[in-house]
Amino acid sequence: MNPPPGDALAAPWWDATRERRLLVQTCGACGHRQHHPRLLCTNCGGTDALGWTPCAGTGTVDSFTVVHRSPEPERQVPYVVARVRLTEGPILLTNLVGIEVDDSILGAGVVLAWSPLPDGRNLPVFTLATEA
Amino acid sequence: MTVAVVGVAESDLGHTGASVLALQVQAVTRALADAGLALRDVDGLATNGVGRFPTTALADYLGLTPTWVESSFVGGSAFELYLARAEQAIGAGQAEVVVISFASDQRSSRSRRLGGTVDEALPEAQFEAPYAPLYPISYYAMAAQAYLHRYGASREDLAAVAVEARRWALLNPAAFRHDAGPLTVADVLAAPPVSTPLTALDCCLVTDGGGAVVVTSLERARDLRRPPVAVLGCAEATSHTTMASCDDLLDTGAQRSGATAFARAGVQPGDVDLAMLYDSFTITPVLSLEALGLCAPGEAAGFVAAGHTGPGGTLPMNTNGGGLSYCHPGQYGVLLLVEAVRQLRGECGRRQVPGAEVAVAHGTGGILSHCATVVLGADR
Ligand SMILES: [Zn+2]
Repeated sequence: MNPPPGDALAAPWWDATRERRLLVQTCGACGHRQHHPRLLCTNCGGTDALGWTPCAGTGTVDSFTVVHRSPEPERQVPYVVARVRLTEGPILLTNLVGIEVDDSILGAGVVLAWSPLPDGRNLPVFTLATEA
Repeated sequence: MTVAVVGVAESDLGHTGASVLALQVQAVTRALADAGLALRDVDGLATNGVGRFPTTALADYLGLTPTWVESSFVGGSAFELYLARAEQAIGAGQAEVVVISFASDQRSSRSRRLGGTVDEALPEAQFEAPYAPLYPISYYAMAAQAYLHRYGASREDLAAVAVEARRWALLNPAAFRHDAGPLTVADVLAAPPVSTPLTALDCCLVTDGGGAVVVTSLERARDLRRPPVAVLGCAEATSHTTMASCDDLLDTGAQRSGATAFARAGVQPGDVDLAMLYDSFTITPVLSLEALGLCAPGEAAGFVAAGHTGPGGTLPMNTNGGGLSYCHPGQYGVLLLVEAVRQLRGECGRRQVPGAEVAVAHGTGGILSHCATVVLGADR
């Protein structure tokens, strides 16, 4: 995989991943939280009060799919692509790692893990939360 | 003003070895011949997929100088959108005869990529591509997973969508799988998994192909050679484009586009004799059947599995064999219109729906991103 590109808008988000911290963009005017980050708030349209909120690193599996044909020759199959709904609200597309997949994982609790990128950034991925 | 479809045609389909322009020329000239109109009659053109400047490129190639063009790019539902735009343009006097066309050589040119094409400038490049979803398959796969989970629907019933599509294809000599023999639920489940729960046989074909439809006012249509098919009502809805931005995977724009199109047409879902619902994947028409009000929530897969949408069923669906077994040239929406019109004219031979008078054609573009519904009626 080529390292994902970055841009000025997303720089704080990517920089936080170097310290293994997950952020979501938050509008100071209306409180709306959104992912991916944007130059405006999709709730109130505001452009002046956008900031970042640290995430607890917990969420639930909104849905998932096990991919058996890789679009990239170097990526091993199978792997799990999922939509994870963060406890803070927004949904992330991500990978689930280190799990046995069966249908019961839909709705299951997940916790943040990290997959290192070659340039020192980390990609947020998730694994199943262990029973407390 | 009511407008009508007065000519329809397919280009060559399947593995053609022909170029996009060659297939476009086939589709356009055949549709005009069907309508009994000439190229010089055409003053409106809607298309995409022809280079960077689709309408000027195709107009130039055809020797046309249209007063109205349209090439919104929303995925395979574009052609239902184009029909709505054509209705508006003809009503406003901006064009009298509109040709809507599409063609692709994607099978011959091997241009399809599993991961899709990611624009580096868009958020997906940073926030989705690193996770390597198949585009569009993995999104539909997640929708299918959510559907099975929410309603407790059976995986076997979902597979039945492909089985029923094949039953229709066996009745359509133009279908890519016409000679492939029947398909069983077991075949679908045993096919190589692509993006679970979807196997290769839950996914549409990758073929060349194209089609065109000719649209003019219903008044003029009544003087032409074919029985007119009236455009009763159109509507569309745009919802999202990234895989994470839609809050509920199963809440597509089809509910809005369908309700509005039926209201504009003055038609109830129960009046529909034929459903042409974009079947990019087995899950796609299942979601559309429910969103359009043709089935109750959670019941569409079972409805299909019971044979109600197959030959002889109460709600024939995708009677050409669909994107799953007939033809899928990347954007299939124009061929939904072609089949709906032929059925309403009563030209479909062994697969004809007896007495079909009202059809709904419903396009689903992108990753459930854009939905466009068209209600069509025989002019009797
Ligand atoms: Zn806001």
